[in-house]
Amino acid sequence: MVATLAACGLVTLYSAGQTDVPTFVTTIWQRQLIWLGVGALAAFLMFGLSPRLLEWATPYAYVVGVLVLLVTLAVGTGGGTAASSKSWITIGGVRMGQPAELAKLAMILMLARWLAERRAPPATLRELIPACVIVGIPCGLVVLQPDLGSAIVFIAIMFAMLYWAGTKPSLLLLLGSPVIGLVLAFSTAAWGAWIILLFGLLLWWRPYVWEGLTVMLANIIMGVIAVPFWRRLAPYQQNRLLAFLNPEVDPRATGWHVIQSKIAIGSGGLFGKGFTQGPQKRLAFLPAQHTDFIFPVVGEELGFLGVVVALALFVVLILVLLRVARRATDAYSSLCVFGVASLLFTHIVENVGMTVNLLPITGIPLPFFSYGGSFLLACSTAVGLSLRVAWESRQSGYAEL
Amino acid sequence: MSSFHPHLLDRRLRVARAVVWGVIGIMVAVFFRTQILEHGKYRLQSEQNRLRPIPLPAPRGIIMDRNGRILAENVPGYTVSLLPGDEDSLRATLVRLAPFVKLDAAGIERVLVRYRRAPYLPVSVLGSAKLELVSALEERRLIFPGLVIQPEPKRYYPDSGIVAHLVGYVGEVTEAERGQPKFAPVRLGGLVGKDGLELQYDDSLRGADGVRFVEVSALGHVVREAGAGQTLAPVPGRPLHTSVDLELQRYVAQIFPAGQRGAVLALNPNTGEILAFYSSPGFDPNAFVGGLDPGYWRRLSESEANPLFNRVIKARYPPGSTWKLAMAAMALKRGLVTFRSHMPIPCRGGLQFGNRFFHCWSTRGHGDLTLSEAIAQSCDVYFYQLGLKIGLTSLLEDANAWGFRRPTGIDLPGEKAPEFPAGSEYYDRLYGARRWTAAVTLNLAIGQGENSQTLVNMVRFYQMLASDGRARPPYLVHPASATTSLGLAPEQLAGLRLAMLNVVQRGTGQGAHLRAITIAGKTATAQNPHGPDHGWFIAFAPAERPEIVAGAIVEAARHGSSIAPLVARLIARYLGADTTAAARIQETLPADSAPHATPILPGPAVEDTTVTDTIATTRTDTTPAPPTPRNR
Repeated sequence: MVATLAACGLVTLYSAGQTDVPTFVTTIWQRQLIWLGVGALAAFLMFGLSPRLLEWATPYAYVVGVLVLLVTLAVGTGGGTAASSKSWITIGGVRMGQPAELAKLAMILMLARWLAERRAPPATLRELIPACVIVGIPCGLVVLQPDLGSAIVFIAIMFAMLYWAGTKPSLLLLLGSPVIGLVLAFSTAAWGAWIILLFGLLLWWRPYVWEGLTVMLANIIMGVIAVPFWRRLAPYQQNRLLAFLNPEVDPRATGWHVIQSKIAIGSGGLFGKGFTQGPQKRLAFLPAQHTDFIFPVVGEELGFLGVVVALALFVVLILVLLRVARRATDAYSSLCVFGVASLLFTHIVENVGMTVNLLPITGIPLPFFSYGGSFLLACSTAVGLSLRVAWESRQSGYAEL
Repeated sequence: MSSFHPHLLDRRLRVARAVVWGVIGIMVAVFFRTQILEHGKYRLQSEQNRLRPIPLPAPRGIIMDRNGRILAENVPGYTVSLLPGDEDSLRATLVRLAPFVKLDAAGIERVLVRYRRAPYLPVSVLGSAKLELVSALEERRLIFPGLVIQPEPKRYYPDSGIVAHLVGYVGEVTEAERGQPKFAPVRLGGLVGKDGLELQYDDSLRGADGVRFVEVSALGHVVREAGAGQTLAPVPGRPLHTSVDLELQRYVAQIFPAGQRGAVLALNPNTGEILAFYSSPGFDPNAFVGGLDPGYWRRLSESEANPLFNRVIKARYPPGSTWKLAMAAMALKRGLVTFRSHMPIPCRGGLQFGNRFFHCWSTRGHGDLTLSEAIAQSCDVYFYQLGLKIGLTSLLEDANAWGFRRPTGIDLPGEKAPEFPAGSEYYDRLYGARRWTAAVTLNLAIGQGENSQTLVNMVRFYQMLASDGRARPPYLVHPASATTSLGLAPEQLAGLRLAMLNVVQRGTGQGAHLRAITIAGKTATAQNPHGPDHGWFIAFAPAERPEIVAGAIVEAARHGSSIAPLVARLIARYLGADTTAAARIQETLPADSAPHATPILPGPAVEDTTVTDTIATTRTDTTPAPPTPRNR
């Protein structure tokens, strides 16, 4: 299953390298093959690793992840689409990878451990604070890099895992409400309506008074600081968000990515232009066609059918992971697998969504497709972990319901 | 109850699955919309992304003479242009390109101005490139993104200056021209005729440009030249058959006095077909192809001789004695005289009228002459009296009816209408009512005064004399319609021709006398207030049944010595006679133009005749609108 996806990804990457404009991308698929080998090895090792051992090692992995992030922040170098950011670890001039990808995995493990240790799901906002801290530390470090995309992934994973641990949706909504308040703050009317709705919800759900007041306050503060916060954002982040709302604002610079991406996908049609034949990609109109914008290559060359097949593969992968999570023998494994599923799903949705301007552009790779060693390694490791969990549940003779 | 109870997990699993399916469903829907429903739109954008249209200029139609010899053709040439990108990268490329195509800073700016006018078309850098340059650029193609070198038909005029005023020249269409309906289909940067036949028949010569597409990368490099998109082949312009005889034209240019300014026009009197059309000095129309060298343009436009000025149809000269035939024709038509009529006062070297003495060109006097003799001797005194006999009103009426105020309608652009009074009101306006005398008639009678004609118009008048009296407007390709007729009886026309024959054989035009053929003609000296007088000679032959009528004017010809033989040799050449006889003739023509009238008594005499000077050719209206020099 994963092998199929990886093969598809490799083939697409090979195609992505076949441009008329000579770039280093041409031979990149060979390097990806090597990384795939490394990833397979990592998956195999993970498969051999007992979840118990992993559970024990989790805090250390987490601490290491955070430390690496800190180191990255100190000595990291720019790369990819945002050259000014510090998201790469470079050792001896060779870029070794983006630690954020591995930190996501560490965060999943840590959160799983914390949630699994609890007997009951968190019922109050106060009980959620440790979880927020666990996620908040790497998330904050990633934001400082700055890599907004990964930060969003962290938060999405947190919500997914909290939900899987049994937290009430209403609580999650309250937790997430400041973010909604932040987004809506740009329209005074919408924000006002949201505050009133939130007030109603607080009355309805009746959390603790202090917590309710905190949520209310957080929302109001978000509404107040939204505009200054917007000004604090780096110009490229502002532009990305603006270009998401209207790509034609700056078609040759900021909107270029999404316009060219949509053109590539749209011109693919039902059957596409044939493998390696996409002119948008060939003539270098499509930027970052080997990493963030690899999916438009699929869309252009293989058409709608190729897109559906690729999405179907992803869906199957996610559903399998969900089933594994469901059948896991213990809470920790279950949460880990669900975390992995949410990680992959977030990546898929965000990456694919941005290519058709469904979501704002962030530098988030597509699992098993995009070129990038560390992320591939993280994905393989996660898959290895999930396979181990599935194997264990089968060993324990988990009854099919 | 553990939060990981299977029942609870199942519930959450269902929710999670629903979320996954929902999100994926939305994405599939979006992809469906993008790839299937809006496929056409994005496909088009993709094509526009990678394909750049490059106009394929149509070869202009060939211009041929009456025997199919080439006046204007196309030869292979190369143009260097750049595909448009954004202005900064274009400028950078131009700076790198500059040493190869010899472009200075101002030249780069001019290219950029052209780019801004049509930012979607390739911008032309060099209109005509040498083969060495083309290969030098091809080798360095990689450092010049968007470089397009295209073989294009290049206009070539084998006879260069000899046919310059006839065929005109071509140049890049200007913004103002594109506003005219005539040039509406021309694309920006397209070539159009600027003068002469090239302009007159631009519609049919132009053809229709085609277009081809090249594939470019995002960096603007041309990736694929051919087969990237559908090519629309250019439609070549239609060939143009003219009535000119190139052999005769070359001969005219050869025998025309070198360095002199003037013009020669020869046509078939029975059809109006133009056989030779020459204006001197000429220019090199090839220099205009592919961008005019600013230095050459400066030389052309600043030259005293004004080479761009078409002296056949644009220059106006006082007709002088060539006008006397018109006077004779008017008098004959009105039945006032016959060929044997004498005038009351014989020529004694001048005529007293009012308080002034009007000279004859011959101070000795011609004595008592008949009309025929007066034409042959070009006696001014006779024609002063003939003018008075016709009367100013009739004179103006006939001259207007015979087209001395209208352009001939020759199929060339820019023909100037002759200057001639529409009626006696003209003098009322000029001097005030009743402030002028019949003295104006005397001046008009000998082709001076308020009268200046183009060569083509005078030749057209002689064409009427040489044929059956009906006007056949001169033309090169298509005649204009005309109903003008002299209204003379055939024997009157024959008599006038006989008188003109006498001009050549015994009178003032002996320089044109050739034993083999009978040439009938008339000389004239047009007064030039700016210097030596201009010399006219208009003739036709054979005198009995004319097959060619030819006229020549040479500016500042002093004694006009070379004009009559010039025309005679032209005619002889056309009729196939031996021309060596005429070549030997070097007879000085008499200055048959009357000097200014001298006042007999001092007093408040009206200075009417001095107006002559103001009507003489002025240089102010002779400068053609300068075409914007196409920089290189």
